[in-house]
Amino acid sequence: MISVNEQPLAWRENLSVSELLKICKYSFPLIIVKINGEIVAKSEYEKFMVPDGANVSVIHLMSGG
Amino acid sequence: MIMAENTIFDIKNISRSEFETQFYKRNPPGSSGVLKTKTVAIAGAGGLGSNVAVALVRAGVYNLIIADFDRIELSNLNRQQFCYEQTGRLKVAALKENLLKNTAAIFAEADLLVEAFDRAEMKAMLIEAWCKAYPQKFIVAASGLAGTGRCGLIKTSAYGRLIICGDQQSEASEANGLIAPRVAMVAAMQANCAVEILLTGGVKV
Repeated sequence: MISVNEQPLAWRENLSVSELLKICKYSFPLIIVKINGEIVAKSEYEKFMVPDGANVSVIHLMSGG
Repeated sequence: MIMAENTIFDIKNISRSEFETQFYKRNPPGSSGVLKTKTVAIAGAGGLGSNVAVALVRAGVYNLIIADFDRIELSNLNRQQFCYEQTGRLKVAALKENLLKNTAAIFAEADLLVEAFDRAEMKAMLIEAWCKAYPQKFIVAASGLAGTGRCGLIKTSAYGRLIICGDQQSEASEANGLIAPRVAMVAAMQANCAVEILLTGGVKV
């Protein structure tokens, strides 16, 4: 199991960040992904594998300031 | 700030230490002694950044590094801390987007960074660059502050040393504009988090 924004989700092997975002339907283009406290750069979404037990935060960034 | 302070000293004929004593008299005891020694970087000097800067100076933070590439327009004056006479002037020295790539160098001396940009793409670039360069330092960012009402949705969320203020859902657009009360609320939350981090080393959400 992993946790995505404090919701439990079943883990499987070779789960990349890209796939995880698809599964969770996070299609919004401007997000920050943190896994176990570490930021994952956008360029690493395809190759970065989510470990079992991971605590994942997906933060949506909205324009305005 | 220094010039304004000097002018006040001349008019009121009081010493700098007496000025500081009176100015910070109502702040929490012991806070100004700590905050005057810290440096805060603010990326952006618009609706968020200008309000954050004013709040931090009033809180007693003496050293600010502010970066922005924009000039002041009339359409800024509904929510930003500038006046009519200043329109057309640079908000601070031009830095443009390549600033983001050199974040590490520009903001290196800061104890923490306040993200106060307008566009979400720039927010994302800055957060990523800062967290990679300074995983041990805090960044206080804003996301979701457009429109009116919905005070109860605005919150502070902590993701390790990345702090996000805002409702994380209200995107600025032509239909959903930026208006002073909600922008200032989020700016005040960012300044509040910055002061808490400087005084206590963390944020309690």
